[in-house]
Amino acid sequence: MDDTAGPAWQRRLMVGLLLAPALLWLFALIVLPHVDLALLSFRERTAPRQYVTSIAQYRTFFGEPLYWHIFVRTAVMSVISTVLTLLIAFPVAWTIAKLARGRLGTLLFIVCLIPFWVSETVRTLGWMILLRESGVLPGILVHLGLTAVPVELLYHDATILVGLVYTSLLFMVVPLVSSLESLDNSLIEAAYDLGGNGLSILRQIVIPHALPGITAGCIVVFMLTLGNYLTPTLLGGTSSQWFTEQIYTQFITRFNWEQGAAFGFLLLALSTSMVWLGLKLSGQRFSDVMRRT
Amino acid sequence: MSTPVAAPDLEVVSAVKRFADHTAVDALSFSVARGSFFSILGPSGCGKTTLLRMIAGFIQPDEGDILIGGRSMGGVAPNRRPVNMVFQQLALFPMMSVGENVAFGLARRGVGRAERTQKAAAMLERVGLGNAARKKVDELSGGQRQRVAIARSLVLEPTLLLLDEPLGALDLKLREHMKIELKQLQAAFGTTFVYITHDQSEALVLSDHVGVMNRGRFEQLGTPQQLYYEPATPFVAGFVGANNRIAGRASAVDGNEVQVTTPEGWVIRTRASAPVAAGAPVEAFVRPEAATLGRTPAELPPGQPSHVGEVESLLFDGANSAVLLRESATRFEFRIALPQTGRYADLKVGERIHFSFDPERAACFPAGGSHG
Repeated sequence: MDDTAGPAWQRRLMVGLLLAPALLWLFALIVLPHVDLALLSFRERTAPRQYVTSIAQYRTFFGEPLYWHIFVRTAVMSVISTVLTLLIAFPVAWTIAKLARGRLGTLLFIVCLIPFWVSETVRTLGWMILLRESGVLPGILVHLGLTAVPVELLYHDATILVGLVYTSLLFMVVPLVSSLESLDNSLIEAAYDLGGNGLSILRQIVIPHALPGITAGCIVVFMLTLGNYLTPTLLGGTSSQWFTEQIYTQFITRFNWEQGAAFGFLLLALSTSMVWLGLKLSGQRFSDVMRRT
Repeated sequence: MSTPVAAPDLEVVSAVKRFADHTAVDALSFSVARGSFFSILGPSGCGKTTLLRMIAGFIQPDEGDILIGGRSMGGVAPNRRPVNMVFQQLALFPMMSVGENVAFGLARRGVGRAERTQKAAAMLERVGLGNAARKKVDELSGGQRQRVAIARSLVLEPTLLLLDEPLGALDLKLREHMKIELKQLQAAFGTTFVYITHDQSEALVLSDHVGVMNRGRFEQLGTPQQLYYEPATPFVAGFVGANNRIAGRASAVDGNEVQVTTPEGWVIRTRASAPVAAGAPVEAFVRPEAATLGRTPAELPPGQPSHVGEVESLLFDGANSAVLLRESATRFEFRIALPQTGRYADLKVGERIHFSFDPERAACFPAGGSHG
């Protein structure tokens, strides 16, 4: 088809048609539900089938310390989980990008990828088999004589963190590998040649170069962790106190859609402001970072 | 060496480096005098980069020793050696300003902020980039980056500056310009430069001494003039400068004079650069500028054996113009530089012309040897 030669309106139509599926998808699945949820969150039920516009749902959130507590806890745990993921993923990415040669690098990458062929539920259940009181790890601890009786390793904050880090690792490794691969080895050698040591090279050469990748990985992992429902619920049980559980409870258990919608928007506001803060602190531009993911 | 009184800044003592399937550096020994410009010239894969990286400390030699400033470098890490390197792609730090690049090494030595800023500025001034300290690296031109890379190393006052084909990435015009600039910088700072290149013109123009490297060894080590006029091996004769290579058999040997007959039957007279046995296969080399053209045999210098050829093609390149001939009887290809007087500017393709060369300037070697 020779559409490039046609008049300007034809080309515009062409672009419009090509973009149509994406725009439709964006509108139907993202914009519409959010508008609906926004409207929902700003109304209050006064009597059966009687609604008025109000900010009561948001007032409930700010007035109830339990919600506040869970909200902040979810944010803090997500930040901790993101930092841990970064600390674990960085050496892994460095090994894949710089140390492993040729096929070994690909192999290591596949090893990181393989767990993701299994569904998240199954992976998390795997952790439960390992960690529950009658599970594999407590059994080994008793066998080694480290504990007298099997201990329950599930339902701790640390357990939730282990699960979250495990779930997000790949999403940190991928952008880190791509940003570290683009680092010219001769820069590292030059810094070494000029008297730099491991630490100063990491701080002055490697991290500044990889910063867009680090930021990209952190944003993705933070958002995934913040919005994760399955892992905290399964590994943390009733003590997990994750904000997504509150949303679930409002929508499904209490059938209070208005409250659930307000919570959803608060979570969206939280993740948006944390991402904005992260970009400001690392001095990165959103467009540069997104190219890395 | 030209200054035997000063202790050499670099001494390589039978250094060996083997990789899985080949020996990259093969029992190499040489020394570089203080303040001199030393080049290692060789084709790619000859081991020159391995040698340079051993001197810098990125690779450890399997055998032998490397002494810098009289001190053995065995077990000394690159960041502890009094050596700095200018990388092929320069490896300037894009995340830092030009001034921070130059101050990087000083900062690593614990020099205070005020002092290193001042020192970096002074160094940039010396390389003619006095106002570039705040600029980003990518705001500079190729030549300016080159100078920053050198300034970044020289500000540390190394005993030795290693340069790994730093002009390779530049375009021709800038390369010619940077050649002169490098030589001037080296003269101004007096630092010992060790320069590796595959470009024989760079090595000849820049160096006090050149080691011609092939298959992990030096074929010849000498001044550029020695390499050009007195090549020690067929490899050097073929690699340094343009040369007509004439392979054949030593049909007659008379002292130093060797008569070479090519398989096609062309007979030339040459001088033996290495002992040649009568009847043995040989290679002779004649520089294009060593031969003279003449429209009649009378125009040729007296006493030189004259030959006849037809013009195959004219290679105009300003002062480096040449004519490609074919010897009339044997069709042997022979290149002759055109005189700069413009005397043969009117030569036509297919024209018959006489030529001759002084047998003294035709170097003859036994064939085989180390010719790559």
